[in-house]
Amino acid sequence: MFGCGLYGFITRKNMIAMLISLELMLNSVDINFVVFNRYLFPAQYEGMFFSLFAIAIAAAETAVAIAIIINVYRLAKNVDINQITKMKF
Amino acid sequence: MDYSQFLMMPQEIGLLVVFLLVFLYDTFMPAKTLKGLPLFATIVFGLFTIFSFFPVEEGMSFGDMFESNKATWAMKNILNIGMFIVLLQSVKWANSDFVAIRRGEFYELMLLTLFGMYLMISGRHFLVFVIGLETASLPLATLVAFEKKYYESHEAAAKYVLTAVFSSAIMLLGLSFVYGITGTLYFNEIASSIQGENSLLLIVALAFLISGVGYKLSLVPFHLWTADVYQGAPTMVTSYLSVISKGSAAFAFFVILVQAFGAAYAPIWEWMLYAIIIITITVGNLFAIRQRNLKRFLAFSSISQAGYIMLGVISANAVGMASMMYYILVYIFSNLAAFGVIAVIERYTGKVTTDDYNGLFKTNPWLAFVMMLAMFSLGGIPPFAGFFSKFFIFLGAAQTGNVAIYVLVLIALINTIISLYYYLLVVKAMFIRQDECVIPALKSHWTEKAGLWICTLGILLIGLISCIYTGLSNITSSLSDVFSMI
Repeated sequence: MFGCGLYGFITRKNMIAMLISLELMLNSVDINFVVFNRYLFPAQYEGMFFSLFAIAIAAAETAVAIAIIINVYRLAKNVDINQITKMKF
Repeated sequence: MDYSQFLMMPQEIGLLVVFLLVFLYDTFMPAKTLKGLPLFATIVFGLFTIFSFFPVEEGMSFGDMFESNKATWAMKNILNIGMFIVLLQSVKWANSDFVAIRRGEFYELMLLTLFGMYLMISGRHFLVFVIGLETASLPLATLVAFEKKYYESHEAAAKYVLTAVFSSAIMLLGLSFVYGITGTLYFNEIASSIQGENSLLLIVALAFLISGVGYKLSLVPFHLWTADVYQGAPTMVTSYLSVISKGSAAFAFFVILVQAFGAAYAPIWEWMLYAIIIITITVGNLFAIRQRNLKRFLAFSSISQAGYIMLGVISANAVGMASMMYYILVYIFSNLAAFGVIAVIERYTGKVTTDDYNGLFKTNPWLAFVMMLAMFSLGGIPPFAGFFSKFFIFLGAAQTGNVAIYVLVLIALINTIISLYYYLLVVKAMFIRQDECVIPALKSHWTEKAGLWICTLGILLIGLISCIYTGLSNITSSLSDVFSMI
């Protein structure tokens, strides 16, 4: 799942699609934490708590990223990353 | 729950009080008085800066997740000083026409990011560290997009937020591997449970972790966002990104590597950092030479400075930690002086390239003088503070006595000479080159002048007042728990 997200992030040209791929990566990490907790260390719940916080953080990240992408769209009428290249080396 | 634990975090509580005061002022005061908000925020934060110099109670709290000791106390004070200068310089900008309607958010978000950095510095559990890191980086994305009318600002913010989320996803994946191997997320418990173990998965996890934090520090393989974001962001936010966010990440990075992975994995992460430092310093310097936009130029210069800061981490001893904190302090003054001058000139004339600075000394001798001091200090010319900070950081690295590290110090020294070339290009443009259309004489606001005066005094005096370095070195050599694992 992490690999899918990584592949999507690198190949997609639309910023919204890139954001969805990032969400895939973050969710795969959450699942990873929960599975490690459940099968390796069932006595405590540290991984569960961590994934709860990670979900909240991922939600905040998505909100900020969506707001910024909307603003880019307003100014550039475009969310294609090949067009968003005004500043370069 | 034992509420007396909150007494262990007086600096965090103080910062939250400052935040609440600014927030209440922004929300409930009549619209006519809002023009005074930037000055109000600056003064309250200045009082808090003085208040936080009172020593704190040392120890662990919140189930050993949060540590306060003399080193975290000193590091937070260093960040406070830098934050105060940034706030002071942004007073006039925050009241300018396009920003005035949102000035309250600017100060609130800045204070919140500083709170996140406090958590990063004091956290001794990866949960607290991750929450601090995200609290520090997410509001910064919105601050980068603060110039609502300018397209560049939004392009920069889009690049920043996408790379930020990407890098934090990679770092979280590394953390999940660490959790899978050790079953804990406490720094010291990780250290004791990986003792004597040699697992390939943990090396992968360590590489992911380094790349996640390396993004915050803009070390070289993860630096591609830096120049664009620095150019597009408002200059005040750029200066904040380049010194304060970087300094806090460097300190947290040191504590993680030494305390959690110092026991068994020190040789491995030292070699990773070794390669990263060499390419960071070199690439930063070489790309800085060909920049004409001063903000991009300072972006690449700050990349190479981050490489020097990492020299303190690789030495992994008390001298390295003290010299790293000292380096960050000096770097705050030098870089904020340079950005202060750029901000003043950009706000009045809109010019940011090196060629625009031709003949600046004729019309604005004081601004040119402060810029010259900043460039000399960043380049490391002897009487100024930058020389002493570089000297101590090389000393800390050389004290490890490792031959490979001697080679690293040699490479860093050669790069210092390369960096002098491009720093002096700016000085040459200001003092020697002539031009028909020079920048006219400017009259800057008193807050900007005060900020530049503080920076100038810092550059001139910090190197000469030796008790600052001695104090830092006493603090770090008294830390037993951090270095007990090495």
